[in-house]
Amino acid sequence: MRITQGTFSFLPDLTDAEIRAQIEYCLANGWAVSVEFTDDPHPRNTFWEMWGQPMFDLRDAAGVMSEVTACRKAYPNHYVKVNAFDSTRGWECVRLSFIVNRPKEEPGFALERQEAQGRNISYATRSYAARKPEGERYA
Amino acid sequence: MSDATKPRNLKNAADRYRAGVIKYAQMGYWQPDYEPKDTDILALFRITPQEGVDPVEAAAAVAGESSTATWTVVWTDRLTACEHYRAKAYRVDPVPGTQDQYFAYIAYDLDLFESGSIANLTASIIGNVFGFKPLKALRLEDMRIPVAYVKTFDGPPTGIVVERERLDKFGRPLLGATVKPKLGLSGKNYGRVVYEALKGGLDFTKDDENINSQPFMHWRDRYLYCMEAVNRAQATTGEVKGTYLNVTAGTMEDMYERAEFAKELGSVVIMIDLVIGYTAIQSMSKWARRNNTILHLHRAGHGTYTRQKTHGVSFRVIAKWMRLAGVDHIHAGTVVGKLEGDPNAVQGFYNVLREPHNPVDLQRGVFFEQDWAGLRKVMPVASGGIHAGQMHQLLTYLGEDVVLQFGGGTIGHPMGIQAGATANRVALETLVLARNEGRDIWNEGPDILAAAAKGCLPLKAALDTWGEITFNYTSTDTPDFVATATAA
Repeated sequence: MRITQGTFSFLPDLTDAEIRAQIEYCLANGWAVSVEFTDDPHPRNTFWEMWGQPMFDLRDAAGVMSEVTACRKAYPNHYVKVNAFDSTRGWECVRLSFIVNRPKEEPGFALERQEAQGRNISYATRSYAARKPEGERYA
Repeated sequence: MSDATKPRNLKNAADRYRAGVIKYAQMGYWQPDYEPKDTDILALFRITPQEGVDPVEAAAAVAGESSTATWTVVWTDRLTACEHYRAKAYRVDPVPGTQDQYFAYIAYDLDLFESGSIANLTASIIGNVFGFKPLKALRLEDMRIPVAYVKTFDGPPTGIVVERERLDKFGRPLLGATVKPKLGLSGKNYGRVVYEALKGGLDFTKDDENINSQPFMHWRDRYLYCMEAVNRAQATTGEVKGTYLNVTAGTMEDMYERAEFAKELGSVVIMIDLVIGYTAIQSMSKWARRNNTILHLHRAGHGTYTRQKTHGVSFRVIAKWMRLAGVDHIHAGTVVGKLEGDPNAVQGFYNVLREPHNPVDLQRGVFFEQDWAGLRKVMPVASGGIHAGQMHQLLTYLGEDVVLQFGGGTIGHPMGIQAGATANRVALETLVLARNEGRDIWNEGPDILAAAAKGCLPLKAALDTWGEITFNYTSTDTPDFVATATAA
């Protein structure tokens, strides 16, 4: 399966030139770009690991790209995403977020059902990969 | 001449309040020198007086009938600070391009209104006055809500920013679809449509306004099957998904029961219809806030009073009331789809829902500056007769903080529902990518989509099926300061 979190997951994987063009768009909007990675892609895993802090002061796309590349090199078989943060009043939130690296194999999720009263079912989504300890999930 | 109609000296209080009938303008409801206070609620009405009725007297009558007046002098006014409570018509302008219509500006003191109550606000402003005989027609065009009054409302329980964070979806419009046929499906078949559409790439599916609890599908059954579909689609895609479970019912007790069940099943969103009424909407907003649930509002019924230009209430006013009342989503027009919507007027509605501050923007029908004082933003929903081939137009007109809902444009896809959803998602992501790269999607859109369709059969089939479908009709509700045909 292919996890479709992020803004461009239905498109073919972005090339470096395409990633760079999106970073330039973010910088032109005054947003701070950051890089995050994880090996637990549960849809409600909000807090991926930060590859350093958001690059508030780095306004150069080539510099940001080198951080993206370094993260991908360090974690070639993890999910890596690029976020753009907008600190203006009323937003103060991520404005663009897209995946730039993913594991070679994506085993996906199991849906576990627990039957309860009155035909109610309580659902749990479990990542097949996350059954292993952190760091060993996409070996 | 009877005593009641004898001319009177208005400067003399005893004579002014003598029993009888005097003009509204003379009663103090017309004050051309009045300078509205920052705390006043301002309203702009389009008035069409009956033949022979002076527009200023008509404006004063509207001010009077929507505040303290009745048709005759009452001495009991003198027991009150009546000058303070009177609404004041302070400006009357002819409407450009018309013979018999006037814009009347009216100011209302804040003391006239109960805190945090749309019911009270509307009981005054549109309570009695719309049936007033000396007027042929009357339309409430716009309102300025002072910050002092805005702050008495809780506003949207979730808002655009928190909704995006909860759903983990940024940088693009959200995609939805209304399950079709809107009536007649069993719960199980209904859930099938939800599953296919969400798995194929939509973020949301939606009950239609009239899906409540009918013989063919009981509400509990629908909720159970829909949540199975939502959870299955989440596991299949790794994305957060939702379906607007319509909780509209005959009583508040029923609505609360349905909302509680939706919460119990883990739904991120519930839905209500505008026809439940303003107080019910505010109650459900409180419920949604208490239970961390997105509140979707379908504007069912609004066309009965928003569409005609000379009579009723403009949708921009409804949009303002609903932002105060506190909904997270509201249907606000598509521009290019099958339903009424002039581009400028629709952009005016969107700005009212989404911006922290609205400047005067006559071209988009916004007559007053409005400061929203940090009130959360409402996500507009574009729904009704839209398809993947219009994606570049939708993105250009409506921006990215919007839910684009393709009902027929998903479910009617020749290759099936999943393919329909995928076509929409690929078209959307392709155009967002291109727009961010600086390409001119308005002009290049069809070429960009055609290129993407080479690698995506579902998109190709969608473009082949609907690429030429447009709804080119002239809008009835257009701003007065420009005149355009709806483009598509």
